Amino acid sequence: MKKRGLAIPYIIWMAIFVVSPLIIVIIYAFTNETGQFSLEHFQGMGLYSGVFGTSFFLAFVATAFCLLIGYPLAYVLSRESPNVRKISLILIMLPMWMNFLLRTYAWMSILESNGFLNRFLVFIGLPPLHIINTEAAVVIGMIYNFLPFMVLPIYSVIIKIDHKVIEAAQDLGANSIVVFRRIIFPLSLPGVLSGITMVFIPSVSTFVISKLLGGGMTLLLGDLIETQFLGNTYNPHLGSAISLVMMAIVMICMAVMHRFGEGEEEAVLL
Amino acid sequence: MRKHRVGSRLFIGLIALFLYAPIVVLIVFSFNATKSRTLWAGFSFEWYIKLFQDSRIMSACTTTLLVAVLATLIAMVVGTATAIGFSSMKKRPRSFFLLLNNIPLINADIITGVSLMLLFVFMGTALAGFGRIINHMVGTSTGFHVQLGFLTLLLAHITFDIPYVILSITPKLRQLDKNLFEAAQDLGAPPWQSFWKVVLPEIRPGIFNGMLIAFTMSIDDFVISYFTAGSGVSTLAMEIYSMTRKRISPEINAISTLLFLIVLLLLIIINIRQVRQDKTNARPDTMLSAIDTTEEDSAPYPTMNA
Repeated sequence: MKKRGLAIPYIIWMAIFVVSPLIIVIIYAFTNETGQFSLEHFQGMGLYSGVFGTSFFLAFVATAFCLLIGYPLAYVLSRESPNVRKISLILIMLPMWMNFLLRTYAWMSILESNGFLNRFLVFIGLPPLHIINTEAAVVIGMIYNFLPFMVLPIYSVIIKIDHKVIEAAQDLGANSIVVFRRIIFPLSLPGVLSGITMVFIPSVSTFVISKLLGGGMTLLLGDLIETQFLGNTYNPHLGSAISLVMMAIVMICMAVMHRFGEGEEEAVLL
Repeated sequence: MRKHRVGSRLFIGLIALFLYAPIVVLIVFSFNATKSRTLWAGFSFEWYIKLFQDSRIMSACTTTLLVAVLATLIAMVVGTATAIGFSSMKKRPRSFFLLLNNIPLINADIITGVSLMLLFVFMGTALAGFGRIINHMVGTSTGFHVQLGFLTLLLAHITFDIPYVILSITPKLRQLDKNLFEAAQDLGAPPWQSFWKVVLPEIRPGIFNGMLIAFTMSIDDFVISYFTAGSGVSTLAMEIYSMTRKRISPEINAISTLLFLIVLLLLIIINIRQVRQDKTNARPDTMLSAIDTTEEDSAPYPTMNA
């Protein structure tokens, strides 16, 4: 079994580029500027509780919307003919080939006060909306960017459900609502859980979307971390501490959710 | 039943509108005669012409493509070898390493970015210190340094590309009949040849998928590049980001439209070829099963970071 050796280069690679960077973040978080052990960055964290609140709230709202839109979409797609399915899936993936910054930037043209959406609303006789530079715009940006990450995992799980199980349920007298509630939904839970993870984590940590669509009015955790590393308030120690707390909260949320979802899948937890 | 179909098609259509509205806006306004991003002033190729004279954008474009291509190729080789290595491990170590492999996928991009940045800065200082000692001992003055730049950018991209390749090959390897490899060897093929002739053709679709996803992720990435590229090099995404503070030049719309159309064309060609191939040998594999994997064997999930 010499084949096992083929994995060694990548195991070394992971040790250097995956594990040790995280250890460095932990070390930075627990030391101060002079390199001494210190908890000062965690003690000052209360100052940012508002930012933590906003970030988690907006990410939660965006994830909920993605689930509300993404689940039915995945379900509907799974029942289409193979050709429609294939084209639809390509259509879902394709936008990623246009840089995501640019796509988000394009939303500015749509949502602006005299943007396309408002022009359309005025055209059909409705009052214009004020969306740009609000939290609503940030949430729209998150839904837009991360919706595919909700649809694809759910779809990939639903499509694999054995049709015989559904037929068996129908033979035993279950109507389509019961089939969905008792068979399809429980079996699709692993996909739902991974979809939620894939949407929630980038949403809670984004800094680009809030900067472009929130117009600097909404400060999110991502913005906070970014300014500690590349912004004008350079302080990697504080930045690491904030990152660590954010990761910890996310991991706790995910663990709770998995317990809740009966921990069906091992693949997602960090 | 019919009505149901119409309803679901309408729903799919609405989502498509939501997903494509910004892209249509971008493409249409790449042909605008003025710089405005909301007011149409007439058709023109102005931005396409300006684009090819703009050395900043062209070099950012080259960097983006070069990093994506190199990272994808390296990830393909390393990822394939690793997936094979993992598949011959016992369950315990294998699931442990697959868990580690998932970290860059699950972790928030910004954390991957800043942690790699800290690593590179640390390596830089360590290496500089080491270099000083060496120079002192040998009496030379060779420069030892790791600076944020093209190399660190590439290392970062390889790091987040490999997991995708591994995840899309692993299920193919699981489906592979272990006896085939041994049969080939029994028949006298050396290991290398049995790999090349027996294993590789079976896992090729997985390798292609992994490369496609890895390439997509590299092209689309902004956050990790932003933290690991330093100030010397910039990718298209970073160029766009630095422009957003004022106003994005429609040249960017133009280059993005071009890249988008090239990819679209490639996908169409691949698909047509695949349809033809399916007709001739009725064997559905190849490239676009990036989408199919999600159907048949789904690597843990079509995990993609954003």
